[in-house]
Amino acid sequence: MNPLPGTRRSFLRLAATMGALTALATAGLLKTTQAVAAAWNKSGFESKALADAMKSLGASSAVESRDIVITAPDIAENGAVVPIEVVSRIPNTQSISIVAEKNPFPLAAIMEFAHGAEPYAYVRIKMGQTSNVRAVVNAGGKFFTAAKEVKITVGGCG
Amino acid sequence: MTEPMKIRAVLKGDVADIRVLVAHPMETGQRKDASGAIVPMHFIQSMTVTYNGNTVYDGQWSQAISRNPVFAVRVKSAKLGDKVVVTWSDNKNEKRTDEATVAAG
Repeated sequence: MNPLPGTRRSFLRLAATMGALTALATAGLLKTTQAVAAAWNKSGFESKALADAMKSLGASSAVESRDIVITAPDIAENGAVVPIEVVSRIPNTQSISIVAEKNPFPLAAIMEFAHGAEPYAYVRIKMGQTSNVRAVVNAGGKFFTAAKEVKITVGGCG
Repeated sequence: MTEPMKIRAVLKGDVADIRVLVAHPMETGQRKDASGAIVPMHFIQSMTVTYNGNTVYDGQWSQAISRNPVFAVRVKSAKLGDKVVVTWSDNKNEKRTDEATVAAG
């Protein structure tokens, strides 16, 4: 079966449209909806020691900051679902990372913000035992950190 | 087969408050099932949110994120009808994309 339009006129119209689309795609003007995500920080997420997790973030020399506000329960009844909210008031915040210091693998998440996203993170994590929950902020390549202790009555990692 | 995410994108002033509930087991690889066998690791590693086509949130997640995760993102200079697309992929190379538009609060 002939897949082309029956008439010469409609064939020419189809060819013109395809040519125009090709030109637009080549010029980068057709946006894809597929976002290209950051590569998963395997060595960071597989670190068992807090110092190694911090180092994997490039944050070994992070400065303590009161401009990072962590909202988390003082006591979490269920260690499997601990809500953590982090707001950074530091200008040029480009990422917020969350580290549960005493978890078997302390690094829980690395979140990067762009294109008008507020430096705001909310996520729920598992915690194995009472521990500091540490937030690490990357602002223009400089690292800042703050922590809040969360007491766990029933551990949630298993 | 993956289950749909529930995305709620609400305009508060000029900020889009986006809250997402994700269906995913987020297995740590440390849990044992009823027969005593270890349930293998199965968790979301990448969670991205685009807003009107631009990536606003690029999250690398670990198995320490809770089962059936809830997370939130806030985007400035927002308007009604703005388009939110949320995509996750996990350590088994499963993927899921869901969309929503910003609605009135």
